[in-house]
Formats: sequence, C-alpha cells, structure tokens
Amino acid sequence: MWEFTSPRTIMFGRGALEYLKEIEGERAFIVTDKVIRGLGFVDKAVDYLKEASIKVKVFDEVEPEPSIETVKKGTEIAIDYQPDWIIGIGGGSSIDAAKAIWILYERPDIKVEEISPLAKLGLRKKARLICIPTTSGSGSDASWAIVVTDTKERRKMELGSKEVVPDVSILDSELTLTMSHELIADTGFDALSHGVEAYVSQWRNDFSDALAIRAIQLVFMYLPRAYRNPDDEVVREKMQNAATMAGLAFSNSHLGLVHAVAHAMGGLFKIPHGRATAIVLPCVMEYNLREAMERYSEISKAIGIKASTQKEAVEELVEAIRRLAVEIGEPTSVGAVGISWVEYEKNLGKLVERAMESTTIVADPRSPSTGDFRRLFVCVFRGKRVNF
Amino acid sequence: MRYKFPSEEWVRVFKDELNKNEIYAEAAERWEGDFLFIITPDEELEKEMVFYVDLWHGKCRDAYIVPDRDAKKTGFIYEGPYSNWKKLINGEIDPIKGILMRKFKLKGSMSTIMRYTKAASELVKTASKVPTEFI
Repeated sequence: MWEFTSPRTIMFGRGALEYLKEIEGERAFIVTDKVIRGLGFVDKAVDYLKEASIKVKVFDEVEPEPSIETVKKGTEIAIDYQPDWIIGIGGGSSIDAAKAIWILYERPDIKVEEISPLAKLGLRKKARLICIPTTSGSGSDASWAIVVTDTKERRKMELGSKEVVPDVSILDSELTLTMSHELIADTGFDALSHGVEAYVSQWRNDFSDALAIRAIQLVFMYLPRAYRNPDDEVVREKMQNAATMAGLAFSNSHLGLVHAVAHAMGGLFKIPHGRATAIVLPCVMEYNLREAMERYSEISKAIGIKASTQKEAVEELVEAIRRLAVEIGEPTSVGAVGISWVEYEKNLGKLVERAMESTTIVADPRSPSTGDFRRLFVCVFRGKRVNF
Repeated sequence: MRYKFPSEEWVRVFKDELNKNEIYAEAAERWEGDFLFIITPDEELEKEMVFYVDLWHGKCRDAYIVPDRDAKKTGFIYEGPYSNWKKLINGEIDPIKGILMRKFKLKGSMSTIMRYTKAASELVKTASKVPTEFI
C-alpha cells in the first residue's frame, strides 16, 4: 500500500498565470525574491489577484538556498497579515520558503527543524498554497519537499510534509523565458536527476514510474534545445512540464544518493544545487550500477539508446548524461567549480557525515557505508568514474 | 530455533542481532537515545506488549520487555498493531514507509529522527533478522 499525492490543480501553458483571477479569498501573501520581483512577474500576479478582489502583501527577501532566518522573518509578517492564500513565485528557493512559512504561520508552536513527513501538521485551517515556478526546475511546485539551509552549521535541512503539496501549481512558460543559460542548465539537470532517482528508488510505483520516465524523455529531448534557444517558448514549456512531472515522480517515490551528496556539498560549499546534481548523477549511477541495472537500462531504452546488453545500455546512458552535461556547459567535477582540494579534503569528514544523515538514502537501490561515501566524494571531486 | 514474538527471549536475540548489524552501527555512530517498541493489541493479540531498547553510539546496551508503556520514559516510541509488526518482521512493510502510511506511529524529536533516518530504518529492520514464531 502506498499513496499518490499531487496538487489539486495544475494549470499549465502560456498565460496560465491568469488563473489567479479566478481564485476566491481575501488576502494573499506572496513569497518571492527581488530578482523575480524586478522582472515584473509579481506585479502581474498582484494585478490578477486584485481583479479577484484579493488584497496582496509581498515578501521578496528570499535568497538562493533560503535560510531559517529568512523563513522566520517571512513567518512573522504572515502572522501579522493573516492571509488565506500563500503564493510562492520563483525558483525552488522561493517555493520552499513559501511552504515553510505557511507551516510556521499555521503552526507557530513548532520549530523549522521539526517539519517532518512523519508528523501530522493539520494545515489548511488558515490558508492554502499556490506555487508558481519560474525555473525548470526543482519540481517543488508539485512535491512535499522543503529544503532550508542552516547557515550557522552550513547544513541543508531536508524537511517536508505531504500536507505542503500545493493546492494549485501554475506552470506559465512565459515566466521561465528570462532564465539565463546557466540557470536553464542547472535547473534542467535537477529535473533530470529527480526523474532518474525516482525511477530507481526502492519506493517506486507505477504512478511515479510513468511520470519519471516521461520527464526524463522530455529533458533529453528539450534541455539542449532550451539551452541553445532560450527564446523558444514551446521548448521552455516542455522543460517546465518535465520539471513538475519529475517533482511529482520523486515526491511519490523518493530521491537517493545524488541528493544526499548534492545537499551535503551545497550546504558546505554553496554549489548551486542543480550544478551539483550534474556532477554527481553519473557517479551515483555508476555506484548503483549492479543494484539498479535493469531500471537504468529501461531508462536507456526509453530515450532511444540501442544496446545489446543491459550493462552496455546503462554505460551508454551514463555517457549520454555526461555528454549532456558538457553540451550545456555543466562542470563534470567539483574541482572544476573552483573549490580547492585542500579545502574539500578538510571537509570530507563533514561531507560524509551530512550525506549519511540524509533522508534520501533510505530508499536508494544501494546502501552506502561511510567508506563508500568517502570514496564517492573523492570521485565526484576529481570527476573520476566510480568502479566500487 | 525460532523465538516467540513478542517475548523476553525474542527481545534478547533482537539485541544480539542489532549489535551484529554493521550498517546500523555505522549509521547510528553518534546516536544517543532510547526507544520503546509498543505492540498494540488487535484480533491476534489480546494485551499490549512493550519492550525497551537502550541505544548508544551504534550499540544496543540493553533491551527487555517492560510491564507497560508507562514503565519507562524514552526519547522515542515506535508503535503499531501486532498484525503490522508481523508484516514488518516478514519484510512486507518498510519501517519508514510504514510510518508514512500510518501503519506505525513514531513519537519523539522529529529533527533528530530526520537526521538518523537510515539508523532508524536499520534499527527496525533488524527485527526481521530474528528467527521468529508468531504467538
């Protein structure tokens, strides 16, 4: 027995933002960042909400990889304002911050670090949640995951609850057109890693499989094109859909070692999450090769790779992912992003410790020891193939 | 030889198995905290059974049946009906998925458990390693 949880409504396609004109309520609290606000999307959303006779307050102080402090600040303002809609507009950071703020607004009795899928929160007594992604993407607009950074400990906290899967997800491709090439590449790879990890997770099921495999296909078809032609709206819409589908997939299956490693690196070295997944994904696939060979070979077949054995199919898939990374300007090692070996080695123990504490490792096809993690982190630094 | 679940003997063997579990030892290297495992009655079990497990830095220092759930105050409680414990021991339920699917309840500091998900999962999975005869 398992369950499938999804937003009640997903509005998708160019102009989907207009859906805001139709919602009912009194006060909306928009959580976003200054860049997104500066691009005019928030003003557009505000105008639509006003047409629906809804008052609006905007909190635009979310930073990339949002901190506990930012969440607490947003919560204070929300408690004062008493909205009946919380609206996250932006990348994964703004959306995760919106989710966390919503929880603490409805449950000021709990601490950020206590937000867990293992405990009942009892949300939706004061407000409901709309998520509007502007990247393609974290899939946070469709998932139960929340990542908030403890800046004092330099740790990414993997929080979440099924209850924070948004009521509405609005995928308006027009909002993604301003992404830089770098952001297209980083967030696109995040989506790919979500699809791959969801497909091989021990918690996978028919529903998550369908979404994962289609998301992976869309990424391979459209990410290179999105990177080369950012103005191609059709392509951008496909990537946005892929990101949300991949988010639904992992949210109803689970993530794995890619995210355990990427989160550890992101917390300690501030490597943008998607970029970290681009480096780590092929290495983890090589690590999981024996345990997940059949599943990886199914992915390989789904994206059109022809091979005579499962092993060959998986090896070709890993190479295809490495080639994709290079094609869209992603680094293939941690060393290539400007982190010194001296600094990295000094933090190796902490990296391993953080990875071992990740909630994502319980459902990975292979159960890593601390020794395995150590070797994995070294391979990831050097961009070396994994053969243990 | 099989051990009746739940029984004092079963709990003793569970402790031994846990102390042999290297995956658990590594994942729980920094863990400090005790558990109550509560088996609640259903059609197959008349009376609630409770056992206490003292965990410290990857090892189980002690484990034994206690008279009732109020006998010991612990940091964590993992609780579920007997029929679900049977399924868990038979490997039909994953310990963490079991909580997410509300087949088991987990009480205690969520922020701690979320950092030790692998250890918690291995702790409960060790129950499957005890050769078991159900009462």
